[in-house]
Amino acid sequence: MTIKYLLQKEFLQIRRNSFMPKVILIFPIMVMCVMPWVMNQEVKNIRVDIVDNDRTTKSQQMVHSIEASNYFIFNGQKSSYKDAMKDIEQSKADIILEIKDGQYLIAANAVNGTKGSIGASYLAQIIREHESRTGKSIKNGFENERNITTTKPNTIPTSVLTLYNKSQNYKVFMIPALMGILMMMLCGFLPALNIVGEKERGTIEQINVTPVSKWSFILAKLIPYWIIGLLVLTVCLTLSWLIYGITCKGHLALIYILSVLLALFFSSFGLIVSNYSKNMQQAMLVMWFFVVCMMLLSGLFTPTRSMPDWAYLTTYINPMHYFIDAMRTVFIRGGNFTAIAHQLFALTAIASLMSIWAVLSYRKNS
Amino acid sequence: MKQFISLILKEARHIVRDKRTMLILFGMPVVLMLLFGFAITNDVKNVRTVVVTSQLSPQTQQAVERLSASEYFKIVQTVATPEDAEWMIRSQKADLAIVFAPKNQNIQLIVDGSDPNMAKQWTSYAQQTIANNTHSTDAFYTSLLYNPRMKSAYNFVPAIMGMLLLLICAMMTSVSIVREKERGTMEVLLVSPVQPLMIIVAKAVPYLLQAFLILTIILVMSNTILEVPLAGGIGWIIVVSLIYILLALSLGLLISNIAKTQFVALLVSAMVLLLPTVMLSGMLFPVESMPKILQWVAAIIPPRYYIDAMRKLMIMGVGIESVWREVIILSTMTAVLLFVALMKFNKRLAI
Repeated sequence: MTIKYLLQKEFLQIRRNSFMPKVILIFPIMVMCVMPWVMNQEVKNIRVDIVDNDRTTKSQQMVHSIEASNYFIFNGQKSSYKDAMKDIEQSKADIILEIKDGQYLIAANAVNGTKGSIGASYLAQIIREHESRTGKSIKNGFENERNITTTKPNTIPTSVLTLYNKSQNYKVFMIPALMGILMMMLCGFLPALNIVGEKERGTIEQINVTPVSKWSFILAKLIPYWIIGLLVLTVCLTLSWLIYGITCKGHLALIYILSVLLALFFSSFGLIVSNYSKNMQQAMLVMWFFVVCMMLLSGLFTPTRSMPDWAYLTTYINPMHYFIDAMRTVFIRGGNFTAIAHQLFALTAIASLMSIWAVLSYRKNS
Repeated sequence: MKQFISLILKEARHIVRDKRTMLILFGMPVVLMLLFGFAITNDVKNVRTVVVTSQLSPQTQQAVERLSASEYFKIVQTVATPEDAEWMIRSQKADLAIVFAPKNQNIQLIVDGSDPNMAKQWTSYAQQTIANNTHSTDAFYTSLLYNPRMKSAYNFVPAIMGMLLLLICAMMTSVSIVREKERGTMEVLLVSPVQPLMIIVAKAVPYLLQAFLILTIILVMSNTILEVPLAGGIGWIIVVSLIYILLALSLGLLISNIAKTQFVALLVSAMVLLLPTVMLSGMLFPVESMPKILQWVAAIIPPRYYIDAMRKLMIMGVGIESVWREVIILSTMTAVLLFVALMKFNKRLAI
């Protein structure tokens, strides 16, 4: 069993490198401790300027209820809309609310479209609630439970029930994605750099002249990173439970199966890149380019269905898209095997195609 | 002066002859602009909606018709019970379900809340769509300033400019200086009759030109393809960008003074420049929602001020008087960084 000795060599190399053990240990912990706080698209602390032309008790109460809301920071009363606009232009305020003859005008700075529209709709909600409380409109017959917001437009009353992420916590949404990013970094970049490194140093020549088969060489290169990837995944799952109290809703085995498939894909991808490039810088740049595209188009940050059709077509061959979808289904929504069967199948197909390509493209004779 | 020009020419040849790096340097802005401009959007579109038909009332029928007529929602299926709808949402086959709740005599929208922001937007769009046509009694009017169509490109173009200019100027300059050190060719340059400082300045000039070229590409692309307005006047945009490019160059100079090998220079620029720029500059994630400590860290990141200033100048179209704060901060940072970099610059190679 030559592969045993090859594996031993790889592990020794990783351990004796001054840099690698630190990266493997500290990087995931850092990512899990800091990133969930950063990757937060929650809209919060919106600064409001109020132009109150009415100065009635009702409008005063309105101002108070906005001040009391935890989405908004009351920036100040302005005497005219023009003054308030100055604040917006200098980025001192994000939204203006003008009250005039019982009418409300909300003007939101929508340079950041999401922030503007969500801010405006929060404000509208507060006004609606306030109106229905003070005004002559019909009282709601039932309690406003948590997660159920009720609005009373004219004819059709609607209520909303939010599933799965009931506390509207952004971290719940981002943590499964972070695990994907970590797996990608550890199982994609590290083996690619490792193999290209051997090429640059010329040590790969020595392997090539030994009777070690292509398969056992490749497997010996990749297995350590798969093991590291799965260990890191376990650390991530534990940390998310310890720090944020967020646990996996579905079956843990599914998470591991998905991660193994993703690891298989990314390590094959790294191998392909390293087979076709000559030095580290080149391999890094090519990997970086593809990884960024895959990540941005995977639905990690923004929903894939909002994309234009040409961009949506790419998601059919984007393994990251299947992974993120399935991971969130299992982790957040608690889906079972049948819920992610489609994604599992696609991931398996893509990963096996890539690994075949990776093995075929590796040549012992240069 | 003649020496200086020939040094600049030497450096320019270095850049032009490295075909792959050139391709990436000019290809990256184009690809990033296209991806961010078109693909990365939070628009509400194609929301897959399931209708639960168990207790269809005429009201629900009407609501369903309105939803399917709107461009935002797509009725994918009708199922018999709310449980079926829940299962469809769970297995990612639908995002929203519409149910008639007999208890409260109202329509219930069941939404997939995994992505909190999108969940909020979907429901508020759905409620508006359902409530529409029935003459709104809401006593308010909402206007979205500057970006009424809510195009995400408006938000991203300034951010991409901030990121790319920093990346090109700081990273490329520092790597090119350190590469000469690593290969030992720096020694040759230092014993030549040219002033050592001249060598460094000559190294920076081609990158300055390149940054300008990329700035032009971005501005032209954003104005023509992405239809981003350059509302605030092109003059001030270029002046502020110039300050920022100078800042990035002095950062690059500083890094090259510290780093001994290309690898370290790359790592420092990636870890210290690129990562904070993407994460903490308010490009993808709003700074106001972060914990206080991270906000303080974000306050010392130069691209943040540049991106803010560009958003104001390009999109909001305000005059220079509204961005004086950002400009002052950027200029101070540039002065300090340049001063430190020049102080730390030593003519002799450490042995």
